[in-house]
Amino acid sequence: METREELLRIIERNSRIDLKDLAVLLGTQEIDIVNELQALEDEGIICGYHTMINWEKTSVDKVTALIEVRVTPQRGQGFDNIAERIYKYPEVQSVYLISGGYDLLVTLEGKSLREVSSFVTDKLSTLDTVLSTATHFILKKYKDHGTILGPQAEDEREIVTP
Amino acid sequence: MRNPLADTIVGIQPSGIRKFFDIVTEMNDPDVISLGVGEPDFDTPWHIRDEGIYALEKGKTFYTSNSGLKELRTEICNYLHRSQGITYDPAKEVIVTVGGSEAIDIGIRAMCNPGDEVLIPQPSYVSYEPCALLAGAKPVIIDLKAENEFRLTAQELEDAISEKTKLLILPFPNNPTGAIMEKADLERIAEVIIKHDIYVMSDEIYAELTYKGRHVSIASLPGMQERTILINGFSKAYAMTGWRLGYACGPEIIIKQMTKIHQFAIMCAPTNSQYAAVDALKNGDADVEEMRRSYDQRRRFLLNAFREMGLECFEPYGAFYVFPCIREFGMTSEEFAGRFLAEEKVAAVPGTAFGASGEGFLRVSYAYSLEKLKAAMGRLSHFVEKLRREKA
Repeated sequence: METREELLRIIERNSRIDLKDLAVLLGTQEIDIVNELQALEDEGIICGYHTMINWEKTSVDKVTALIEVRVTPQRGQGFDNIAERIYKYPEVQSVYLISGGYDLLVTLEGKSLREVSSFVTDKLSTLDTVLSTATHFILKKYKDHGTILGPQAEDEREIVTP
Repeated sequence: MRNPLADTIVGIQPSGIRKFFDIVTEMNDPDVISLGVGEPDFDTPWHIRDEGIYALEKGKTFYTSNSGLKELRTEICNYLHRSQGITYDPAKEVIVTVGGSEAIDIGIRAMCNPGDEVLIPQPSYVSYEPCALLAGAKPVIIDLKAENEFRLTAQELEDAISEKTKLLILPFPNNPTGAIMEKADLERIAEVIIKHDIYVMSDEIYAELTYKGRHVSIASLPGMQERTILINGFSKAYAMTGWRLGYACGPEIIIKQMTKIHQFAIMCAPTNSQYAAVDALKNGDADVEEMRRSYDQRRRFLLNAFREMGLECFEPYGAFYVFPCIREFGMTSEEFAGRFLAEEKVAAVPGTAFGASGEGFLRVSYAYSLEKLKAAMGRLSHFVEKLRREKA
């Protein structure tokens, strides 16, 4: 259904949009939007309505690291088991199975460098199946989730044109 | 001292847009929300800009052939073949111009003798009439009507034709009304065109921006390719207004003469833009699709807002304009736009800037973010209520 994809595209960028506005934009009724959203949630297509926050602008200290992990896949389970052992840690933001030079890409958020490194050395590296890790700390986020975090360009168009 | 000026150009009125622009600029108020532009709010997609940058890095800074890069002409022909099923010869039937507007100018000049009549349906883009005058031709205005959703009917065309008629300008999807011509509408027009043996200049700059089926070019109808100059460009579809790039396709005999004028007046369209445009045609379909979706959402938003405030407006299916009717307030378009600007700080262009038949209408552009449109509609609603109270 075309409207369904269009609906997803809109709320992927703005999940706080008014239901009434959504109905107008998509040329349908509010009740249809409500039903569709419910269906999308039930089907596990919409998994959450998170908020993008630029923590750098707050007083909260946060360090984000990308960790490349090489592991030995386990018979019968492949990478699933080891991935689960990693993603169960709440400080782990995301875990991806990756093609190429390593196996898992783990994003981790911590309060400080020390907190992140202790997670890597104490928890991650000590797992039986983990062969090696390489930790990259994020120094600056330019763009995240398709949103540019720096200053935005202003509308430079002439105010009236034919 | 002798008068340094030519009578023809002095006799041409500056466009109504210009007048309104001056009023807005004079206000110089940062709170003004503009709904007045005729260009996309999107940036040119990055891959296209990147190709332009790469062309500069590689030193592609020389003239191209007069008619444009061969690769670009080929891509233009491929595009028209896949979108309209029309076959043009890239070597002889295409010319790349400085925007669609140059193509309008040189097309009319290449086709009209002094005294030839050029039929111009209005409301429409501001340059057809002056270009016809500059070519020594006689513009004959066809006033399009709201009750026909501002489409051109065969009867209106028939009524305007005389033995001096040479050329019909067909500006659809239309700026400022947003009107489109569907295949059945065009078939009826084509019949009249062929019967009277006249030519068509079809300005299809908004071809990619339609919201009710895909655009159909009159050149794709039987017997029409040989009597049509098809004009299109990159400004609207790919958000490339500042790159100044358009094109015209048509019979070799006409394109050849257009190329002559272009060669003497322009030499060639900007080389850098031409390289970027090749990439636009090759890899830009998804970008166009995404922009079209956004425009369509905004279009629905505005129409709904008008409905809610009880403002009469036919549903337009093209370009990025809506053309609400403001007759109920008993004011001219200029008065309405002037007061709307002064009292509510929203700039929307009076319909009369696009011809006398735009009287009683306002051009509202939706090449703006939804937030901007929302704020502007809030102000419009306030204004409309105020005017109704005044009248009561």
